[in-house]
Amino acid sequence: MSSWPRDWRELPMAGIINIAGSSLDYKTGTWRARKPVLYPDKCIKCQICWLFCPDMAINRLEDDSVEINYEYCKGCGICAEECPTKAIEMVEEVG
Amino acid sequence: MIEIRWHGRGGQGVVTSSQLLTKAAIYAGKYAIHIPEFGPERRGAPVRAFTRIDDEDIEIRYNVRNPDIVVVIDPGLVEMKEFITEGLKEDGVIIINRPVDMPISLDGYKVYSVDAYRISIDELGRPIYNTSMIGALLGATKIIPLEYLIKALEERFSGSVLEKNIRAIRRGYEEVRLV
Amino acid sequence: MSVTDTERMKRVGLNGDEAVAYAAKHANVDVVAAYPITPQTIMVEKISEFVYNGELDAEFIAVESEHSALSAAVGASLAGARVFTATASQGLALMYEILYIASAMRTPIVMALGNRAFSAPINIHCSHDDAYAVRDTGWLQFFAENVQEAYDLVLMAFKISESPEVLTPSIVNLDGFILTHCIEPLYIWNERYIQEFLPDRKPVEAIDYRNPKTYGPLALMDYYMLIKRQQYEVVRRARATIDRVFDEYSRWSGRRYRAIKTYMMDDAEYAFVVLGSTAGTMRSMVDKWRGMGRKVGLVSLTLYRPFPEDDLRRILSGVEAIGVMDRSHTYGGPGAQLYQEIASTLYSLDEHPRLLNIIYGLGGKDFGPEDAEAAYKYLMRPDVREVWLGVEG
Ligand code: SF4
Ligand code: SF4
Repeated sequence: MSSWPRDWRELPMAGIINIAGSSLDYKTGTWRARKPVLYPDKCIKCQICWLFCPDMAINRLEDDSVEINYEYCKGCGICAEECPTKAIEMVEEVG
Repeated sequence: MIEIRWHGRGGQGVVTSSQLLTKAAIYAGKYAIHIPEFGPERRGAPVRAFTRIDDEDIEIRYNVRNPDIVVVIDPGLVEMKEFITEGLKEDGVIIINRPVDMPISLDGYKVYSVDAYRISIDELGRPIYNTSMIGALLGATKIIPLEYLIKALEERFSGSVLEKNIRAIRRGYEEVRLV
Repeated sequence: MSVTDTERMKRVGLNGDEAVAYAAKHANVDVVAAYPITPQTIMVEKISEFVYNGELDAEFIAVESEHSALSAAVGASLAGARVFTATASQGLALMYEILYIASAMRTPIVMALGNRAFSAPINIHCSHDDAYAVRDTGWLQFFAENVQEAYDLVLMAFKISESPEVLTPSIVNLDGFILTHCIEPLYIWNERYIQEFLPDRKPVEAIDYRNPKTYGPLALMDYYMLIKRQQYEVVRRARATIDRVFDEYSRWSGRRYRAIKTYMMDDAEYAFVVLGSTAGTMRSMVDKWRGMGRKVGLVSLTLYRPFPEDDLRRILSGVEAIGVMDRSHTYGGPGAQLYQEIASTLYSLDEHPRLLNIIYGLGGKDFGPEDAEAAYKYLMRPDVREVWLGVEG
């Protein structure tokens, strides 16, 4: 966003954001205090975590297994709360 | 400028009368304004409307205070003398809905009478007085040629309803009498 | 058929609501989203009739409230449609939060406002409460003096609002009942010729799924104030476009439109300033007073937002006393709305005319010659600063 103009004359009309998908630039993964850890052996591929994640930070793979995208995961813990087999656990973020 | 005040009761077509006359005057090439007075709109409640007609553009936008002509559509209101003559000009005209041979005391004014009840029952089968009363107004005062009123009426009605109302207008126009 | 009809224009008798409905039809609007409310009801009825009959190829969105009406209008306008809506009083109040969104998202919607008093007590008649209440929402505002002006202003408002340098919605005010329900003669266009003045809308930055963008983003400390400054400048500068479109329409129609109408102001010692249908009544009174040798003039505003302050300062400087007529009031403020604006407009003058605030005609209270005479008498009294006409004491 730093490249955006600071003069009202040059600003896009009504602040319209002309670049689609600019939210990808926000790496919200740095916001985490706790992080989800996935235990694939407990996972039954039900997709509940994928459905519930408010940041679309769970990737659904070809074979319906899931993985966590730590670039965007904010660490809210919803996936761990919803997982029926406790295949996700929230642990302290270190480093 | 000619200023007209219409008296009647809710549901008798007071507003419609003023609207029709205004449109007729506009079609006749005049400047005219119809001003409805919307108070508590209840069937049976006394209702008024105003019409202004002039050859020049009319700029003023307020209720008529000193009418040249008062048209009393409701027969019962004729008894409310102070109400219907309020502000009426000294040589003003009053047109009432009443059998022409029935005596009336509205001294000092030029009073015209038409039996709109009879006409509307004959022609429309129902006591809807407005078209016969506008006919009477034009018959008594000749302010607008009848053809323009019929043109205005054609916009609103069609078929047999139109025919019946045109007959009512013509009869009002012809049967109105100075009393 | 009247002799004054031409191939281009027809002389008809319509009430203000019907005339506005014809203007929307002649503007060939794409979308109408509105909820009926007295005294605007006939507009909505008439437009839905046009759509139903196939006379107007538009989407009529029958919404369940005014809040939805304006929300739908914003969406349709962003998608590139020419959009019309209409309301009054309480209905406008229900639109309130969306008014700011419509203007800030730069949707060139045109709204007709049948001016009506706010409840309570319940009243369906004219006050300018509603117009004043939304004066700060970023919409352009025009006041019609008669039915002809209401019709013409709707057509002009579309052209002004949709101009790429403006892209700001407009409100066309017409006095409730006094104009909405009164039948008057006016000239309406033969639709074939409308395109000469008002071509189809050419949307700027319209929503396009092939080219996605974010509309109405979050803007906090970094961008909010910048975006507001941008919008502020747009409304301020809209005046140039308004004057240009008024001139163009005046030439095209033969009816003269200006931001401000002045009458007998050249040598006026006393002046009244007024909005809406009372202007004609006051003009006839000025004629009368002039006949008696009194140097009175009249200023009526066709344009209310952006407020034509520079012109007013020029027109009103040198006048001894000014009666500012407000068909509304404010509780506990330093005078009613137009009064405040005239007062601040004149503040930068070295010599201040004396000001009288005339509160009149609230809730449709009839304003006639006797009321104008009373207003004049008060204007002659330096000890009176504010008067509630007809309910003094
Ligand atoms: S912790 Fe929250 S943000 Fe992260 S993957 Fe789970 S649900 Fe998504
Ligand atoms: S909710 Fe649990 S079991 Fe279901 S897919 Fe996600 S991790 Fe696997």
